Amino acid sequence: MSHAAAVHRLWTEFPTAAAVDAPKKIPAPHIEYAQLSPTLIVLGAAVLAVLVEAFLPRRARHLTQLALSVVGLAAGFAAVVALAAKGYGTGKAHAAAMGAVAVDGPALFLQGTILLVALVAVLGFAERRLDPAAHGRPVDSFAAQAAAVPGGDAEQEAVKAGRTTSEVFPLLLFAVAGMLVFPAADDLLTLFVALEVFSLPLYILCALARRKRLLSQEAAVKYFLLGAFSSAVLLFGIALLYGYSGTVAYSGIADVVSGAVRTMDPALAATTGNDALLLIGGAMVLMGLLFKVGAAPFHMWTPDVYQGAPTPVTGFMAAATKVAAFGALLRLLYVVLPGLRWDWRPVMWGVAILTMLVGAIVAVTQTDVKRLLAYSSIAHAGFILAGVIAVSPDGVSSVLFYLGAYAFVTLGAFAVVTLVRDAGGEATHLSKWAGLGRRSPLVAAVFAVFLLAFAGIPLTSGFAGKFAVFKAAAAGGAVPLVIVGVVSSAVAAFFYVRVIVLMFFSEPKGDGPSVAVPSPLTSTAIGIGVAVTIALGVAPQYFLDLAGQAGVFVR
Amino acid sequence: MENLIGLLVLVPLAGAGALLCGGRRLDRGGPWLGTLAAAVSFALGVVLFADMLGKGGEERTLDVTVFQWVPVGSFRADVGFHLDQLSMTFVLLITGVGSLIHLYSIGYMAHDERRRRFFGYLNLFLAAMLLLVLADNYLLLYVGWEGVGLASYLLIGFWQHKPSAATAAKKAFLVNRVGDMGMSIAIMLMFTTFGTFAFGPVLTAADRAGEGRLTAIALLLLLAACGKSAQVPLQSWLGDAMEGPTPVSALIHAATMVTAGVYLVTRSGAVFEGAPDAQTAVVTVGAVTLLFGAIVGCAKDDIKKALAGSTMSQIGYMILAAGLGPVGYVFAIMHLVTHGFFKAGLFLGAGSVMHGMNDEVDMRRYGGLRKYMPVTFVTFGLGYLAIIGFPGLSGFFSKDKIIEAAFAKGGTEGWILGGAALLGAAITAYYMTRVMIMTFFGEERWRPAPSPDEPSAEPAAGDRAGGMPHPHESPRTMTIPMIVLALGSVFAGGLFSVNDAFLKWLEPVTGHEEGNSPLGALTVTAATMAVLVLGVALAWAQYGRRPVPATAPPGSALTRAARRDLLQDDFNHVVLVRGGEHLTRSLVYLDHKLVDGVVNGTAASVGGLSGRMRRLQNGYVRSYAVSMFGGAAVLIAATLLMRAV
Repeated sequence: MSHAAAVHRLWTEFPTAAAVDAPKKIPAPHIEYAQLSPTLIVLGAAVLAVLVEAFLPRRARHLTQLALSVVGLAAGFAAVVALAAKGYGTGKAHAAAMGAVAVDGPALFLQGTILLVALVAVLGFAERRLDPAAHGRPVDSFAAQAAAVPGGDAEQEAVKAGRTTSEVFPLLLFAVAGMLVFPAADDLLTLFVALEVFSLPLYILCALARRKRLLSQEAAVKYFLLGAFSSAVLLFGIALLYGYSGTVAYSGIADVVSGAVRTMDPALAATTGNDALLLIGGAMVLMGLLFKVGAAPFHMWTPDVYQGAPTPVTGFMAAATKVAAFGALLRLLYVVLPGLRWDWRPVMWGVAILTMLVGAIVAVTQTDVKRLLAYSSIAHAGFILAGVIAVSPDGVSSVLFYLGAYAFVTLGAFAVVTLVRDAGGEATHLSKWAGLGRRSPLVAAVFAVFLLAFAGIPLTSGFAGKFAVFKAAAAGGAVPLVIVGVVSSAVAAFFYVRVIVLMFFSEPKGDGPSVAVPSPLTSTAIGIGVAVTIALGVAPQYFLDLAGQAGVFVR
Repeated sequence: MENLIGLLVLVPLAGAGALLCGGRRLDRGGPWLGTLAAAVSFALGVVLFADMLGKGGEERTLDVTVFQWVPVGSFRADVGFHLDQLSMTFVLLITGVGSLIHLYSIGYMAHDERRRRFFGYLNLFLAAMLLLVLADNYLLLYVGWEGVGLASYLLIGFWQHKPSAATAAKKAFLVNRVGDMGMSIAIMLMFTTFGTFAFGPVLTAADRAGEGRLTAIALLLLLAACGKSAQVPLQSWLGDAMEGPTPVSALIHAATMVTAGVYLVTRSGAVFEGAPDAQTAVVTVGAVTLLFGAIVGCAKDDIKKALAGSTMSQIGYMILAAGLGPVGYVFAIMHLVTHGFFKAGLFLGAGSVMHGMNDEVDMRRYGGLRKYMPVTFVTFGLGYLAIIGFPGLSGFFSKDKIIEAAFAKGGTEGWILGGAALLGAAITAYYMTRVMIMTFFGEERWRPAPSPDEPSAEPAAGDRAGGMPHPHESPRTMTIPMIVLALGSVFAGGLFSVNDAFLKWLEPVTGHEEGNSPLGALTVTAATMAVLVLGVALAWAQYGRRPVPATAPPGSALTRAARRDLLQDDFNHVVLVRGGEHLTRSLVYLDHKLVDGVVNGTAASVGGLSGRMRRLQNGYVRSYAVSMFGGAAVLIAATLLMRAV
């Protein structure tokens, strides 16, 4: 009964004079603006970009938005580097903003990676030379007017008027800002807010394809519905964890898990320390994150969304979302739930094995290059999970390295997909890619480099990453997982190499696609992708060391 | 001094780089640039030698670690040099003879369009060979080992437009692969046994490793040595290697590279001493090869191939001596050096003769050349006297010691080895006298070149149009090296033997034991002299007193076999090629039926599974949500279950 009384104290006790005065005494939260500067800069640029949409004439918007995004992202990256140089990645790591956002090695490493990925992705967003000009105006990959019904009069009018959806730039910037917070979130509420901040712009971006609009909108709706579902589960999990520990702060929950806290909020006395809440809540939060990384059995949105979304968006989403979501997953498992590792490790083993196998096996029969890459991304999520499960500093650094390596390969691969076109836009059916190596040897060779990196062939970044992850997993005692991983890699190598064979050793078809000549924007993006892929493959040690230095979470 | 060692290798390497990458600008000056690089590294060698002489016997070793090459865990492979008396000897021989042969090539290759490339390859060879003898560990030695193999391949096939040259290069390369495989496995075994490849630790720890291990390593090293030094059973490439330009035959396939096997056995002495069975194998190989090469040398009418057989045979002597252990190491190396002088001189002489005879190589078309090429005659003659072991000349001192050491082995084995060495000396005297007489004495059996439009084998100087050859003395750049080498052939052995100078020089490195021959030194010398006279007399009787027929007589079965290199190629063809074909065929069959079956089966089942799993992806968002819900339920249940159990 005393519990019940305590629970309802708020309602039963008459507010005293002191309690009424209380709001005046709440100290203003202490915010370390400088340490949050990467996120703040990007958010600021996003807000400015919205103003640009509102006040600048249409013709000036494209260039302004591009410049603003590039400057904003570059400035954000510079801020990350400055923070790392000041030692926030190592010695001075701590939780900023009243414990809501961590500023530590993994956070800075992942934020830097996300910003670089976004910088490259924004080049693809701005590409306007691939599609033939509509009514004398250059067009990009995005719908002329997103709100117009596909095939309707309004759409035709918008196309005729030469409109473009330059709102994609602020959307991208908002998504990036959310992604920057996501792996750094140090309490569950910040985690949730960040998740929504980056998810909502992505849902919209997915719906904006210029060609095949219905497919694009279908993808966006699916992504939104399933995303909302997983967000709900995540939120429910957060509530349960709060019920278990009486706090949403990571370190607070971790303390309760390890039994370090003796005092408890009397209002939550009935539930605090109830392991059922912890286990169920933890599993639900995990599920929310596994959805975002695209791990089986929460992966089913991936192929449909990757296929339907405009390809530059797919590239950005595949690369950056994975980095952000794995960052959050790492922090959750390493900071909040390490005391529980004997409970979650076997479950995660199962998830990793299932993910690797599903990704690799289903990809074998795919005929669409974007879906193929989607399944490949599922398989890679499985490989990365193997490193996550290692629960060791090596595990963290190998995952960080893998994420960086994988992000650039993915960006590059999707950028190449935008180049191969026929009358209907991008020619994504694999049969159209036959003989591409004869007609466009350079493009085919570049794509082959990316495929080899996906397959994990030595001298590409994929090999170094896979090696690091499997090594960490094996050292962590997960040898069977590594065996499954290697077998799945072998299966996966089949379909990567099959595409290479198709490109180089098949007769080209008469009505095959042509390779569009891109502007320097896409060329730069692809060039960076190749350079990073080879650099990380030939000389991985420097970056492995960097990831190794960044491998310690703050608590 | 330490830096000079690195320079020693770097200078010819830089020369090779400049010549091979320099393009046509270097076409004119290239030969001189290459020669300069060789000469500079010889000068460096002399400076190092002088420095070494200034120190006491035990302090002469110089070790330099340039950088760590592959540091992975406990695996350490350094690029480091080890200069002691043994490597110093090789450095001087390689750079000295090498410089002379570079000089000779300037004249010899004067009319070849690709001579810049030729000198580039020669410099590359020098760099690799120096790396081989200067390395302080087996892995780096292996780099040099492969480097000289590459240079040898490139130079044998230098006239690649000739199918025979291209084939010969390929053959040399392939046969050497067999030996190199032995080398690489030996290095791996060394690493697992000793945990390192460095000479110092391996050789000092050798007596602590088991005899079985040591025997395996030693036999593999012997295989490597057989490949590189053309010893039975990997001898078959050397004869064909004479397709290369003659300076190449002189430098690589007579004086230096082919002696790398002797260096390897001597350097790894401690390993072989711990494995008596392997030592027996070494002396057997040496004895068999010295007879094999000598017999082949008797039957060849091609002057270079006769000399190639002789090279094989002389290296057989060295391997035999090296296999005898501390009794023989010093004499193996001493014979190696003197052989380097006289055999290089003989090859250069042969090249000079060919130069003057429209590239004719058949000795049956020579004769009476002494009047026309006096310098070549004298220098070749001195080399001839040296190789047959004429008293007072180089070969006499070194070969005599080896025969003595072979007898000193003791027991039946000693008698067999000594007998073989003695017999070899007789045959050597015979075939070398035959070469000498057929080339420089007797009547002139010259013949016009077969047809003027047929591409000439060696695009050397002079009138290459058909018609009778006009033998003439070669230009100065060619005769000077021949003269210098002839001087070496005459005096080197004597100088080495005065006061046992060479023995004292090398002893701190290789160690030395005095053998006690059952016959006594004088008896052995007397016997050697006797067989020498016998061999010369027999050759004189056959070739000097009677006219030499212009076409070879049918000859006995042994002669016919020897002309075909004692059927080595037939043997290889029947046993290795046929056997290999059968093996490949059965492996292909197995691959088709067994491996492919498994692979295709797996692939088919994965494909089937993929098709079935694909159906789950039906495009309906509701079923996706259900699967997510189910997945979440399983996740939660599994987590709870983990706690429960």
